[in-house]
Amino acid sequence: MITYLVLRTSATHSDTRFAQGIRLSSTTETKTLRKTALNSLHRRFGAKMVDFGGWDMPVEYPASGGLMKEHLAVRTAVGMFDVSHMGDILIRGPQALEAAQWVSMNDVSKLQEGQAQYSALLYPEGTFVDDVIVHKLGQNDYLLVINAGTREKDHSWVRKNVSRFRCHADDVGDYYTQIAIQGPKAEATLQKLTDVDLSQIKNYWFKHGTVCGLPNTLIARTGYTAEDGFEIYVPSDVATSERVWNEVAEAGKEFGILPCGLGARNTLRLEGKMALYGHEISDTINVWEAALDRFCKMEKGDFVGRSALEKAKAQGLQRVLVGLEAVDRGIPRDDYKVFDGAGKQIGYVTSGSYAPFLKKNIALAYVPPEFSEIGTEVFVEIRGQQVKCKVVPTPFYKRPKKAA
Amino acid sequence: MAYPKEYKYTKEHEWIHPQGNTGLVGITDYAQESLGDIVFVELPKAGAVVGRGKSFGTVESVKAVSELYAPASGKVTEINQDLNQAPETINKDAHRAWMIKLELSDPKELDSLLTAEQYEAYVAEEKTH
Repeated sequence: MITYLVLRTSATHSDTRFAQGIRLSSTTETKTLRKTALNSLHRRFGAKMVDFGGWDMPVEYPASGGLMKEHLAVRTAVGMFDVSHMGDILIRGPQALEAAQWVSMNDVSKLQEGQAQYSALLYPEGTFVDDVIVHKLGQNDYLLVINAGTREKDHSWVRKNVSRFRCHADDVGDYYTQIAIQGPKAEATLQKLTDVDLSQIKNYWFKHGTVCGLPNTLIARTGYTAEDGFEIYVPSDVATSERVWNEVAEAGKEFGILPCGLGARNTLRLEGKMALYGHEISDTINVWEAALDRFCKMEKGDFVGRSALEKAKAQGLQRVLVGLEAVDRGIPRDDYKVFDGAGKQIGYVTSGSYAPFLKKNIALAYVPPEFSEIGTEVFVEIRGQQVKCKVVPTPFYKRPKKAA
Repeated sequence: MAYPKEYKYTKEHEWIHPQGNTGLVGITDYAQESLGDIVFVELPKAGAVVGRGKSFGTVESVKAVSELYAPASGKVTEINQDLNQAPETINKDAHRAWMIKLELSDPKELDSLLTAEQYEAYVAEEKTH
């Protein structure tokens, strides 16, 4: 039995798309992997560890139930994730706003202090360097939260591109342990540990306050699970990080909180159709193809990638991202080929999995626009067999509106 | 989880429970634990002929895909249909959740497989890597 892990690193470059996955045999440390401050805690909890973008990260915690239970905990109660491997770039200086406008595609000038926005860093070709969340900390102070596997690339790219503005771009990722608390009971869990009234933080806004006795802690109502939740940024020393983790776990106990790994993080974001670098977005896919139009503000002024995007728009789309659901038995997986009824290859799957909450086999795939209509039948090749799938509306999962 | 003494094991983590000229085949507890939540099993049709060490199907967890290799050559006389509907049975009781029943071409092939003790030692070794 040779086991290949399907979850891939976000650093995966598009040209390695057809390369095989990572061997599951975990906890090997033959090459030097980076570790978060919570690494030894994860190991004490018996987490299954994998190399994710050069980081030694928990993929699931079998001792407390494993991936499926973790996924369901986030959908129905609360789960917590160590996401300290994510990178953080601070752009600071008198021209920080201009610089942030130039390197990212969303309109940073629309942000108020305490507000965040989903955005992306683009190449001049209009394709992706990475996707980011831009936080406005202050008038001359912006925090970009980026992917783990692309940290060094992103940082050097940002530095290079902001050099003509009066500002600094510093990689501050190592200073923070980032913990995500996600799920309908996330607010009730975290509220026990902070003096900030969390009900006053709107989605994609943040505040600073005391968390677990730590003053001036960044609390953002953001996440990557398609569920309500928070991400907190605490000092990255082991003692503080472990103390905060344990206090969150204790606070969430009455709701059945579970520690969650990257496996659940991946299936949760897939159900919510959230893009993952190296999959739905990459250096060969542009903004229109990825259908991230609403985060790209062409009218805000010039930015890296804008002119290429203008041209691409005029030319029209060659491929679009669609949601698929398997009709026949079989799980469409990352990189599997997509065919039309006549047996011609028309595209490929970017992410696919069994969806633990929806209990269906789902996938995101790039296909030509004529195959994007809801209900269209396409076929995904799974180990030599054509498995029938249909195009379905996305996101596959949308969280229920909160009762007033 | 104890590895039944009357079974034989492969280094690819399948077991076979010999019964005369036939044998039931499944995956080991260590295999199910490594895979995590199993959500899909693809098995051959009854009547299929499989070669020793050759793939006879696939098992998938949420995050992993894995081939199944036949511990011995033979003809598939029966498959465990229940696993199509309830693949999680393998997580719950891997050593009872048989996948296929094989009519052995050569029962002597089993002699070269691992005993329970040998397999346990092999797994212990693999875990330390």
